[in-house]
Amino acid sequence: MDDLYRDEILEHYRHPHNFGTLTEPDVVQEGSNPLCGDRITLMLDIGEDGVIHDVAFTGRGCAISQASASMLTDEIRGKPLADLTRLGRQDILDNLGIEISPARLKCAMLSLETLRKGVGDRVTWPSLPEAQDVPA
Amino acid sequence: MTTHAPVGEVATTSVARLDPVAIRADFPIFDRDFGGRRLAYLDSAATALKPRVVIDAVDAYNSRYSANVHRGIYTIGEEATAAYEGARTAVARFINAPDRHEIVFVRNATEAINLVAYTWGRQHIHSGDTIVLTELEHHSNLVPWQLLAQERDADLEFVPIDDEGRLLQATYEALLRTKPRLVAFTHVSNGLGTINPVREMVEAAHAAGAMVLVDGAQAVPHLPVDVQALGCDFYVFSGHKTLGPTGSGALWARRELLESMPPFMAGGEMIREVHLRRTEFNDVPWKFEAGTPDIAAAIGLGAAVEYLEGIGMAAVREHERELVAYALDLLPQEVPDLKLYGPLSPDERGGVVTFNLPAVHAHDVATLLDREAIAVRAGHHCTQPLHERLGEAATARASFNVYSDHEDVERLASALARVQRIFDRPTGGTA
Repeated sequence: MDDLYRDEILEHYRHPHNFGTLTEPDVVQEGSNPLCGDRITLMLDIGEDGVIHDVAFTGRGCAISQASASMLTDEIRGKPLADLTRLGRQDILDNLGIEISPARLKCAMLSLETLRKGVGDRVTWPSLPEAQDVPA
Repeated sequence: MTTHAPVGEVATTSVARLDPVAIRADFPIFDRDFGGRRLAYLDSAATALKPRVVIDAVDAYNSRYSANVHRGIYTIGEEATAAYEGARTAVARFINAPDRHEIVFVRNATEAINLVAYTWGRQHIHSGDTIVLTELEHHSNLVPWQLLAQERDADLEFVPIDDEGRLLQATYEALLRTKPRLVAFTHVSNGLGTINPVREMVEAAHAAGAMVLVDGAQAVPHLPVDVQALGCDFYVFSGHKTLGPTGSGALWARRELLESMPPFMAGGEMIREVHLRRTEFNDVPWKFEAGTPDIAAAIGLGAAVEYLEGIGMAAVREHERELVAYALDLLPQEVPDLKLYGPLSPDERGGVVTFNLPAVHAHDVATLLDREAIAVRAGHHCTQPLHERLGEAATARASFNVYSDHEDVERLASALARVQRIFDRPTGGTA
């Protein structure tokens, strides 16, 4: 049991990075898994150069969803918007670094799906395979 | 103040003790190795494990007499019909229905409730009518009534719960004064384990002129149910929660009531005579069993109820009551800040223990418990309104059955303590 939730995940869960709000964000996007109560509100400051200058999120829910969000915000800070389209399921899983069962995939993917929804009209995304539909 | 004593309680001194270790030998799934551990299956409220006799009954049908029912004038056709109708008789006996014609086979309790909503419901619920439900209800005893109420411009009212998850009977009585057409409520709450005082609530509803549907999905598998003693008009349960196969379940209603109801699904089997422009329907219960049924599942359910009769439902109830008492005592000892939901007294609750660990999401709990071959449910257990009332997005739920024992409870308790320790452990900014 002890090796499943790595220290890094617990640390991101307890002290999530970039947790909070931005004063005048260009993007504010909410996402949630109503079946289990995970929720994220993502905020982005995007410069005229198309680069993500600042990022923040608030949220609550399971360790997987919150740690995943925290790690994702670290990853996208300073990146050009166009680079975001390369992010997929594997990047989320690599960040977490642990086995995610199909039932928990929705938790892990919440932050990426929220990000995609938030910047959806600004870039062209490749289609993302759907996380397995598993009721909570 | 009405009592909360469950119907059919027998004095514990006269009830033979059930032996879960011996019973587990009847369930092949326990032969499976889960990382060197025996499965601690604590999600029987979702579906029950299957004993060998049930698996064999299904197998026997499929391998030795897999004919259709009610039609073949050949040996295996008659065998299939006899077994299918024999299962109906067994189910009627199991819930003390006076007549086997009062048992309609369905896929599950959900289908049974929809059957009533679509037939009796559409016949009797009109604009301005009221249906009384409760805050405890599983979505299956809520959403069908929402659809009916929307369609018919009827009103839904809800009996609220107190902080222990018991229905506020005074509010129920007040709601009955609005003269509802129908009262529908759960016998045992799948979310909190609350055992409702069915007989008393049925009497009050009838006195107010309302019909009553009782959702017995969490009752029939776990305690003696006598539909005549309960006095309700409709009673539903799921076979797959009663050690039967998935795809099995039943609706009970008095014969005259079924005869007065229009058909649900239409087609073969539920007819007597068919002409191009008019059809005469079959007698009950076959009027409500259109098309080829899940024959194997019904036969399996027959074997399941016979297996349970062999154990005795009073013994089952006492076994689970004792396990719940043990869990309610042990869990808070192992995880001091554990939050428990539902009635505090084991006498007022079925074998369901719903809880949360402080600052650990139920999903994370379930994932970690799975690593130790302990299966619990995490989420809202198909009771989102109940969880809104509790103020929780998700809870974890352990539920017991004949194959559960003290060791299961102890494994659960110590695993929960370990989960809490993992989430408490210092990580010192390693990220």
